[in-house]
Amino acid sequence: MHIYANPARFLRIAKWLTPLLLVSGLVVTGAALLWGFTQAPPDRLMGDTVRILFIHVPTAWLGMGGWTAIAIASFVELVWRHPLAAIAARAAAVPGAMFAAICLATGSIWGRPTWGTWWVWDGRLTSMLVLLFLYFGYIALSSSLAREGQSSRIAAIFGLVGAINVPIINRSVVWWNSLHQPPSITTGGSAIDPVFLWPLLAAVVGFSLLFGGVVLARMRIILADTQAEARLRRMAQKAEMNADVQAEGSVS
Amino acid sequence: MSTRIKPKHQRLALLLIALAALIGATLLAIYALRDQASYFYVPAEIAADPPAPGQAIRLGGMVENGSIAMQADGVTVEFVVHDGQARVPVTFNGIRPALFVEGSGVVADGRMDADGTFVADRLLAKHDENYTPRELEGMTTAQMREELQDTVE
Repeated sequence: MHIYANPARFLRIAKWLTPLLLVSGLVVTGAALLWGFTQAPPDRLMGDTVRILFIHVPTAWLGMGGWTAIAIASFVELVWRHPLAAIAARAAAVPGAMFAAICLATGSIWGRPTWGTWWVWDGRLTSMLVLLFLYFGYIALSSSLAREGQSSRIAAIFGLVGAINVPIINRSVVWWNSLHQPPSITTGGSAIDPVFLWPLLAAVVGFSLLFGGVVLARMRIILADTQAEARLRRMAQKAEMNADVQAEGSVS
Repeated sequence: MSTRIKPKHQRLALLLIALAALIGATLLAIYALRDQASYFYVPAEIAADPPAPGQAIRLGGMVENGSIAMQADGVTVEFVVHDGQARVPVTFNGIRPALFVEGSGVVADGRMDADGTFVADRLLAKHDENYTPRELEGMTTAQMREELQDTVE
């Protein structure tokens, strides 16, 4: 594991992996959505509204996956003091929040014609909204800690505690009566017809590639920022020292 | 003999204990919430513990086949919600969602009246977990497979 701990080695890999993930993600996502929007048939009851599935389900999974990534990275950061783990957690927060927001928006648009309402306070919808607010809190906390130059350990603890919400989102439709339907895809099989399932899985792959690409790109930005700041600080120190030496020289 | 624990292992143990405590606390909270966090009552729960007439509640279940009947005024609809164990008659006066059909799930906001009928103010359709294209409606699984094979080939 420690061979990946080296930021220089990480940057070498990320340099070619980032554009690869972003481009392949765009291609796969575009193809999957085109497939779902134009080739898949309308649903028996929902008609064309079913097509929102191809955005809603991948973004819901990645919204939860983003926080799972934050939790794992936070755990690694707290136990092994891994320098890249804190950066990875920070980098996953913004795309994760974006996916959670898209999931909530598309779900609401789907709910209006299907259920007859934009929003209800049932277990699934409420816990997903809590996840979005947890993301906002995490982003605010981790970026302010980074700006003050403080340790990100508090953010890591927040990331771990917030992870409790992820299984709650997942189980909310099983534990409690909810307006949201129970899971269609379980380990026992799928209640989604293959004509919808395949473009959906393709969209999941595409969105996941995009997610990975964005996280790597953001990690590179954070590393570059840290380096630039360290360099500026060294330059400032050197300039101060030179000024001190000159001042001493003029006094004597 | 020095058996000093490595700081790394100490952190790992502490963190695992903290996580176990957190998960335990969450499970306790969820256990306490199990009745309160549900979005609606099913007919069996209403039969077991009847709410006071006029108290605002939410009822959810399946629309019984053959039970939807329109009243003479043309806007009030009567139907029966069941969950396999109990049945509750419902009346509703308003705009019905498109997915409101017999045999599908429904959630109604409203109250019980004195004679055991549920008077709904708002009707929401509950979509189930099945996604099926129109052409395959009413087919058995085996027929669907065949149809799909024909389409793919």
